[in-house]
This record gives sequence, structure tokens and C-alpha cells, in this order.
Amino acid sequence: MSDADKALVEFQNVSFTISGTNIITELNLVVERGETLVLLGESGCGKTTTLKLVNRLFEPSAGEVRVEGKTTTAWDPIALRRRIGYVIQEGGLFPHFTIARNVGLVPALAGWEPKRIDERVQELLSLVGLEPGRFGDRYPRELSGGQRQRIGVARALAADPPLLLLDEPFGALDPLTRASLQREFGDLTKRLSKTAILVTHDVREALILARRIGLMHKGKLLLLDTPEQFLASDHQQVRAYLETLELKGGDQ
Amino acid sequence: MSFWQFLQLNWSELLLLVRQHVVLVFIAILIAVVIGVPTGILLTRYRSLRGPVLGIANVMQTIPSLALFGFLIPLPFIGGIGTRTALVALVLYSLLPIIRNTVTGILGVDPNVREAAVAMGMTSGQVLRQVELPLAMGVIVTGIRVATVIAVGVTTIAAAVGAGGLGVYIFRGLRQYDNNLLLAGALSAALLALAADFFLGLLQQQFSFEAKHSVAGSTVWKLALAAAVLIVVVGGLVWWRGGGSTSAGVARVSVGSKDFTESALLAEIAAQMLEKRGVSVERRFELGGNLPHEALVNGTLDLYPEYTGTSYTAILHHTPISDPRAVYEQVKQEYASKFNIEVSQPLGFENTFAMLVRGEDARRLNLKTISDAAPQAPRWRAGFGQDFMSRADGYPGFSKAYGLKFAEVREMDLSLTYIALSSRQVDLVAGNSTEGRIATLDLFQLADDQHYFPPYEAVYLVRQDSLTRVPALQEVLAKLANGISTDEMRRLNYEIDGNKRDPKGVVKEWLAKRGL
Repeated sequence: MSDADKALVEFQNVSFTISGTNIITELNLVVERGETLVLLGESGCGKTTTLKLVNRLFEPSAGEVRVEGKTTTAWDPIALRRRIGYVIQEGGLFPHFTIARNVGLVPALAGWEPKRIDERVQELLSLVGLEPGRFGDRYPRELSGGQRQRIGVARALAADPPLLLLDEPFGALDPLTRASLQREFGDLTKRLSKTAILVTHDVREALILARRIGLMHKGKLLLLDTPEQFLASDHQQVRAYLETLELKGGDQ
Repeated sequence: MSFWQFLQLNWSELLLLVRQHVVLVFIAILIAVVIGVPTGILLTRYRSLRGPVLGIANVMQTIPSLALFGFLIPLPFIGGIGTRTALVALVLYSLLPIIRNTVTGILGVDPNVREAAVAMGMTSGQVLRQVELPLAMGVIVTGIRVATVIAVGVTTIAAAVGAGGLGVYIFRGLRQYDNNLLLAGALSAALLALAADFFLGLLQQQFSFEAKHSVAGSTVWKLALAAAVLIVVVGGLVWWRGGGSTSAGVARVSVGSKDFTESALLAEIAAQMLEKRGVSVERRFELGGNLPHEALVNGTLDLYPEYTGTSYTAILHHTPISDPRAVYEQVKQEYASKFNIEVSQPLGFENTFAMLVRGEDARRLNLKTISDAAPQAPRWRAGFGQDFMSRADGYPGFSKAYGLKFAEVREMDLSLTYIALSSRQVDLVAGNSTEGRIATLDLFQLADDQHYFPPYEAVYLVRQDSLTRVPALQEVLAKLANGISTDEMRRLNYEIDGNKRDPKGVVKEWLAKRGL
């Protein structure tokens, strides 16, 4: 019982196949409440697919994914998704909605009172460091990449979901903006004690944000450990990642 | 008469035609949107349907409009002549751009945005209404814009099936060689198309979310909306005031005519005489090809003027004979038994095919008969109307009977042949013997020395059930028996084609003079 309470998301022997190709093979993984788990890997390793298996954009070909103890195929997909915040690169904002309407989307879908949505939007815009009065009525195209990404996070947090899924959220940003957003996001998740699964190919981002890092390669989870132990590991793939880091460090 | 004077004299009729045109296009596009957009949405959900449905819509649009009208005439419910048929054709033409753009627009929505919408917990209906449709709207409106501009053009053809609109002026202008009519019709249609394009373009801009004009945009949006509302309200008002004025109890008769001056004149004569006897008359004039016959048989028309020779050969498919009495009796008897249609007493004149050459050629080469002209044929270009080219007693039989071989045969609109002849585009044409312009353009009619052409006595064809329903019809037909001579007919035709007078006025005057 206490185990199920502790685990928010659970992968049990999950495989995912598209037209004969194995994208995910025999994945076992437990995401604990309150932790930020970073899935690290190169393009095509299956990390984004893993994310989409959680909010049932995909369904496993074998095994099962449980969210809050209930397998995703047993969840009503709409109810499941409204309990999970989702952030993608560039925010995936609706270009025809104002910022306020983008942020207030999930509360609106849940049927909140307009006044309550309004208050919530103000609160969230302040939370991600954007003045509500200045940004609420603008459209996504009028914002910078970093601002859009903040809105993406605010939108994901709007209905106060217990779980956040983030797919390379900071990937399209310039290095300086990325660094400051990573820092703010780290503070935010700790302060709100959110559970988050974040996907990235940037080992530096993983080391900054993760409580645990899962290293994925060709549809398999090679390693799952804290950043400290990740740094100490002598696994070949881990060393390869860390070498790029040192190389970068040397350059700077 | 200058174009300006023409507009001053005819502006109220022109406005009426513009109104008919706009109403036709508006209703057709409305129906096409109601059918096309949901169909497009369906096609984005069922990929396998996409090929076949778009294929059918594509084929629909490649059918020439006149041919499409032709297919529709004999069909029950959606066919016949008049507004309904025109609307069906217009809707069919408008569907493709609307369906295709709906599909393209929805499939073109950024997959990341769509995925975000699904991941936020939107139902598929919410994704469609809140994300896909709004983002596809720019492309969809482009489709509606294209469809509307096409429809404004196609609607000019609708005049051929009696649906009215600016095509009435264009067809009449072509027939009477009247540039003012042509210009008024074509210019107005072009302006309508430009206006529709402009306003829908404004509307379309509102849905381009990538462009950076959100502040200025809202003003333009309101302006376009206001204009659209205005058009709908004014259009609706005018339409409402124009339509549905018939009161119960008054006998109604639908009078048709073919698409040339004489047929319209004869129809107008019957129409005015009926109106004088308290009958409410619906005029369905200027119908192309066999439309009047089809319409008479299926009951859309009650009466139209025809020629015995045409009925004998083109409708009843008999080989031409030269005895007028025999042709008349045969037609009368077969129409009664086959179609329940009554043939009136002959009106007193014949309108036969007239082989025409320029007067100067006739004098220079001393030509009197068609046989005289046969040796010249290899050096001549001939111009024939579509009707003459296609019918059995027309070009195929005629050229064989006289052994004619022309250097070139051009198929053109009948109304254009006279002017083509006088302006030396062609050297011989097949016209009508009662044509008013034969004298004015100095054309010469070659005698049919081998009596090839069957007799073409003018008569009215009328449905038997209409005769019992409206007794006034019998009275009118009896009064017109042997009532119009060939000379009189030529003079009447000339009043319209030569002096460019209004047919209604000419007919009114003639009826008064004759005491009818």
C-alpha cells in the first residue's frame, strides 16, 4: 500500500512497437512522488515515447504503465491527461489564443468559473516571472522564445496537476536563457513539490535538475541513479556523455 | 446610345439582375459551405475516403457549366429549369475548393499544437472546434473565396436555364449584338467578383495568426463583419420584397422561349395577351437548346413558341419532308399522343434556315441559289450555330444534299454569325429567314432550290392540362392563328435587333395596333 502511495508512475515490463520496430523494450521504472526524474539519451532512444506512454498518447504493446496505481488503459484518457501537465519544446502554445487563454486552458476545460480562472492565470504568470498586466492580452507570436517557454510551464501547472511531463522544454533556447530557466524551474518544482519527468539530451541539464537520471539507449534503460552516482559510474555510455561535458568545459 | 445613357435608362433592371446574381451566389455558397466543411472534416478523419470524394468533386468541376446544366434539366427534384437547377450546379462547382481547403487546412495544423491540445486533455470535439478549425480557418476561407469568385462567373451561365442574373444581359447582348448590354452584364459580373474577392480577402486576413497585426486587425475584422452583415440584411430585404407576391386564386402560366429574339418576341406576345386576361405570367425566356421542350414535357413550362420543322426532325426524329400540311398534321398528332401537348394553329409565317452570304458577293458572283454557290464553297469559310451543326437536318444532311465542301467550318454562337459574316470572318452562314439584320447588314438569302429544308411554320406548343386549367390560353391561341405574316415578323425582329428597342414595348405597341 505504502509502496503504491510512494510511486506516482510505474512502468512494468513495458514494450512499445510500431509496425514491427521496437521503440521501447522491457522497460521497468518507478517514479516517486515529489522527485524530478530526467530521462537522458540521444535522439531516437525512446525517451519521448516513454513520456507519451504516461499520458496515454501511446498505449504499451506489452506490459503496463500505472499512474497513481491505475493502469493507463483503465483511465479515462481525458481525465488522465487533465491530471498531468505537459510541456514541449517552444511550449506548443496555441497561436490563436491570447497568453491568458493559453494559460487558463485546462481550468477552462475543467469548467472553472471565469473569475477563478482569471485569478489563477495572474498567479501563474507571476510565478513564472511575467507581469500579468503586460502579457495576458498578447499572442504567442509577440513573445520571445524564453517567454513562450515560461508560458508553456505556466499552462502545464494551471490546474495544479500532481505530475509534470516535459519534453526537451529548454532545447530551443539560447544558452543564457536556458541556464536561467533551468535554475528557475529547479526552484519551482522544489517549492511546489511537483513530480516531474523531464526528457533531454543535454547531460548538463540532467545534472542540474535531476534527483535521479535515467540513461536510455536504443529503447532500453541502461542506468537509473542519482547525479552523484551517475558522475561516478564507469558505464561506457555514461563516460561518453561526461567526456562531451569535459570537452565543452575545456572550450569555455 | 452611349453606355452612360444605357445605364441611366436601364439601371433598375440592371440592379434587379445584380440582385438575382448576388442571391444565387450567396445561397449556393452557403449551401456549399454547409455541405463542404463537414465533408472536409470527415475526410481528415477517414483517410480512405479522401481519394474517392476529392476525385468526384474534381470531376464535377471539370464538367463545362453548360453541359452540367444540360445533365440536370431532365432530373426529378433537383432538375428542371430555373433557380433550383442553377443552385444545384453552382453548389456542385463550389464544393471542390471548399472541401479541399478544409482538408488541407486541418491537416496543415502544426502537429505539435495538435498534440499539445490532446495532451492538455481536450476531447476530439474540443480539439476540432477550439484548435483545428480556428487554425485552419484562413485556408478554409481561401477556399470559400475561390469558390465564390468561380460561382460569380458560373452564375452568368445560369441565365441559360432561366435562373436570371447578369447572364441575361450577356446572352441578350450577344444575340442582339448590343455592346451596351454585354458591357453592363460582363462589367457588373466582374465588379461583383472583385468585390467578393476583396471582402473575403479581408476576412481571410483575420485568420492568419502568424502575421503581426493583432491590434489593427480587430478594426478591419469589425469592418468586414459590418459589411457582411449589411450585405446579408440588404440582400435579404430586397429578396423578401421581390419574391412571393402571388395571391391564391389567380391563374398562373409559365411561358418559355428559346434563346433568340423571335422566340422571345412570340413568347412575350402570348405573355402580354394572357396578362391582359388576368392571368399571372411567369416568364422563363431565353432557354438554350432543347431545354424548352424538356421543361414543357416535365411541366415546368406551360407554353412556348416552336417551329413545326424543328419538332418534326429534332424532337420526333423524322426524316425531313417538304409538305407543310403533312408535317403539321404529323407533329400535332404525335405530340398529343406522346407528350399530351397541344399544337396551336400556325401563326402565319415560316422561319426556315436561311443560307446567307454578303450582298456584295451575291451581286459580284451573281448568286441566287444555294446550288449557284456550291462551286465557291471550297474557297469559303462557313459559320454555323451549335444548333445547326448538331441536328440531323442541319449541316451534315445539308452539305451532303448540295455537295458542299467548305475550306473551313466554324461552330459559333448563332447570334454572332451575322456579324461574323458582315465583318468577313466567314463567307457563308446559316441564319433565320425572319432575322431583322438580314436587311440592315446587307446580307443576301440564297434560295433553297432543292427544297432541302423542311417547312418551319411557327406555332405555340401548350400542355393539354394547362389548356383545361387556364381557359384564357385557348382564347389567346385562337386569336393568334394566322395572325403574323413573315414581313411583320421581320419588322418586329428588326425593332429589337436593329433599333435596339425593348421587346416589351415593341410587343405592347404591336398588340395595340392589331387590337389584340
